Amino acid sequence: MTRYTSATEADRAEMLAAIGVDSTEELFEQVPGPLRLDRPLGLPAGMSEAEVHERLAALAGRNADAEGEVCFLGAGMYDHYVPAIVDAITQRSEFLTPYTPYQPEISQGGLQAMFEFQTAMSELTGLPVSNAGLYEGPSSVASAGFLAIGATGRRRFVASRGVHPHSRETLATYSVGFGAEVVEVGLEDGVTDPAALADAVDGETAAVFLQSPNFLGAVEDVEALGVAAREHGALLVVAVDPMTLGILKPPGEQGADVALGEGQPLGNRLDYGGPSFGFFCGTEELIRRMPGRIAGETDDVDGRRGFVLALQTREQHIRREKATHNICTAQALNALAAMIHLAWLGREGFRELGELLARRTAYARERLAAVEGVELLHEAPVVREFAVRLDAPVERVLERCAERGIAAGYPLGREYPEHEDGLLVAITERRTREQIDALADAIGTAVAAEAVTV
Amino acid sequence: MNQQDEQVLTIYEKSKPGRRAAVLPEAEVPEPPLDKLIPSKLLRSEPPRLPEISEPEIVRHYNRLSRRNFDLDTGFYPLGSCTMKHNPRLNERVAALPGHARLHPGQDARRAQGALELMWLLQESLGEICGLPHVSLQPSAGSHGELAGLLLTRAFHADRGEERTKVLAPDTSHGTNPATVTMAGYEVVKVATNERGGVEMDDLRSKIDGEVACLMLTNPNTLGLFDENIAEIAALIHEAGGTLYYDGANLNAVMGHSRPGDMGFDIVHVNLHKSFSQPHGGGGPGAGPIAVSERIEPFLPRPQVVRREGENGAEPRFDLDFERPKSIGRLRGFQGNFGVFVRSYAYILSLGADGLAEASETAVLNANYLKARLAQGRAAERLPVAFDRHCMHEFVLSGKPMKKELGLATLDLAKRLLDFGFHPPTVYFPLLVEEALMVEPTETETKESLDAFAEAIEQILAEAEQDPEIARQAPYTTPVRRLDEVKATRKPVVRQPLG
Repeated sequence: MTRYTSATEADRAEMLAAIGVDSTEELFEQVPGPLRLDRPLGLPAGMSEAEVHERLAALAGRNADAEGEVCFLGAGMYDHYVPAIVDAITQRSEFLTPYTPYQPEISQGGLQAMFEFQTAMSELTGLPVSNAGLYEGPSSVASAGFLAIGATGRRRFVASRGVHPHSRETLATYSVGFGAEVVEVGLEDGVTDPAALADAVDGETAAVFLQSPNFLGAVEDVEALGVAAREHGALLVVAVDPMTLGILKPPGEQGADVALGEGQPLGNRLDYGGPSFGFFCGTEELIRRMPGRIAGETDDVDGRRGFVLALQTREQHIRREKATHNICTAQALNALAAMIHLAWLGREGFRELGELLARRTAYARERLAAVEGVELLHEAPVVREFAVRLDAPVERVLERCAERGIAAGYPLGREYPEHEDGLLVAITERRTREQIDALADAIGTAVAAEAVTV
Repeated sequence: MNQQDEQVLTIYEKSKPGRRAAVLPEAEVPEPPLDKLIPSKLLRSEPPRLPEISEPEIVRHYNRLSRRNFDLDTGFYPLGSCTMKHNPRLNERVAALPGHARLHPGQDARRAQGALELMWLLQESLGEICGLPHVSLQPSAGSHGELAGLLLTRAFHADRGEERTKVLAPDTSHGTNPATVTMAGYEVVKVATNERGGVEMDDLRSKIDGEVACLMLTNPNTLGLFDENIAEIAALIHEAGGTLYYDGANLNAVMGHSRPGDMGFDIVHVNLHKSFSQPHGGGGPGAGPIAVSERIEPFLPRPQVVRREGENGAEPRFDLDFERPKSIGRLRGFQGNFGVFVRSYAYILSLGADGLAEASETAVLNANYLKARLAQGRAAERLPVAFDRHCMHEFVLSGKPMKKELGLATLDLAKRLLDFGFHPPTVYFPLLVEEALMVEPTETETKESLDAFAEAIEQILAEAEQDPEIARQAPYTTPVRRLDEVKATRKPVVRQPLG
């Protein structure tokens, strides 16, 4: 008997008799002989629970995580504090173990949580319609591309180079299937070059993709940049960091048709990149083109208030090849975590957190800019992340900082060859003034040492 | 308290100005006005209207909501094609270790060796289970794996200077298959099902031509039947130059018994949230890794987790390989749903080779036993099995006689099951079976729970012979009764109106 089954020998005998066979072998006879595996799988034998725990703890121990290191890494995922009630609630069996709420009468908890989440995301982005979540950020960007093709009948995308490189690459991957082309517009002083953007957008453009704050941390003037999209009838798709929306103008007030992004900063741990969730909000006109699940309010036969999956006629299990997206299993539990985190922060706390991030980031930016061999990569306004240039090889500097227990940031050269000397530094409420000072000191020392040896 | 009497308020309706939960750290740094840092035209005039509520009230709110959900830890969940097997809590515990949970995805590969090794080990394990040598963990769910598969197919053909236009899929396929075909820029062509529940070979032959890029198949299929002609199907598709895609939603039937790679498939997706015990979370998260054959490997998404052998007796190192010139590119950010990988790898370690094979064997035994139980009593006549042969891990019943003779639709039976404390099977799928009920018990259910489910069906049918109206109006005992779904689609209310 394996640990998670409970059929005894006696059970098996009774069950086989009821089926009318002598052994389970007979049940597998529908698999043609040559296709039956005639050996055990080449995997180790099963282990006890304690042994599995030790084995995985040993693997975990070989990672430099944000518990052991001071983490200034960002680039879309951030080391925020996740309140204890998020774990306590999301680990409840009633949220952890159900399937997608196809039977609404026994899924009111999950459906209402989706509805509350949609309301929160709609508030954050300033757009009236939110879905209940997609896989994660970059694939949500690509999904907006599919929506834009359907909405405009055009197959050309214009994307700012400030959009997360993973999002641009994912959009390009999907676009091969869509039969669409992606045109990139460069940055000027850290933000999207408005003249280049205006030149790139034309009557064939299905959507313009911006990100704010962009990958270099700079807050974009979405409203001004969006004019080109509006003039040519293209959709304006804006990727946003939800944690900045306590203070930044919501994309819905800046002319965005779609606002989306990576949801990890809200209530989700780092988990080496996932699972988190993507959020996806749009205008009323786009509601029947939205990807993914949407919960809606309705009544039961006795007039009681209840919630269901609304607009299911968009979805793959009903519409098949005519569906607005192929997505099925998404990230319901991660979206619930976000909702709990947002409720915990509350209206005031959410704004305060945005302000705290902006002020600590301003301090860190100033502190680093004052270090010999460090200069700002751009001077555009930032909220929680900023980019600097180092007078020494970035990887070597990072190595030296790591020796002091500091993950100093994300090397821009990985995805921006034009910024081989660039470092992206992220701040959360967990990064204290003392840690920021230590970062400045570590980078200063490292740059000085490495600059000499170059 | 009867949940039906409870007044349902949203968290926004419980909000009261001035209440709060979070206490944030002191700034510790200068606190200039915000518009000194960011131009005021880029700032919002007032904060989003999030709820104002204290921590005890948040906890109470969501605890109460949770009690309005049915869940796998409470009862039987025979949802066909969804594999609702037990979710071991060990997996939750190891996923929450700080070395996993607080590892930043941008961490240098040299300082994430444990995570990369775990991913590599999971790749190797899934490759062995699927009988295909190369694995990408990147896709985030089954449908994402399908999209990866068709983009790989497109790249594979393009590399040979071909562009094909059609993808074949049986009429029994999951809805994600045709939806994916459209997103990947192909046209879907349906293939008929024969009288034994497999692919209709003549229909397949008539539809194969030089435009066919791929055949997407689930085996065992959505009727829970293994397609005996799979070797011939694979040969036909390969001869025509197409690829063969395996929808791994039903992999739980064959682990350690038969491998998609040995059946001739080129690309397989694996639902870690089905066969490999990741909890469903009320609709995710999941993960949909893909395993592929040698000829598809060059096109796999990047980055790929690789093991680099050490020189001169040094330890091997694990790395992210971005140098993949023929790769289709990224399908998402960073490295995939790592937390799901941890849970599924813990599951594979726990069961091992024998345990996985026994899990599938027991899943098949449980399905056939429940099928046999439902071939007795009233269900035999009213709910006949759609294809009368041994099934694999699931089977499909037809409620057509029940509807005709008792006036009870499959939906009514499903709703009445709720009153008996069961989650209903998947209903109205696959489409070719009228009034379909698709039942997948999984290996983690006891004989007693299967018996109780069969008993409940018997009782509902007996009751309906007396008074079908009881089931037609069901459920009665749930937090709400039947909901007006038409209204929710015609006049959708998808957010709370505030202020």
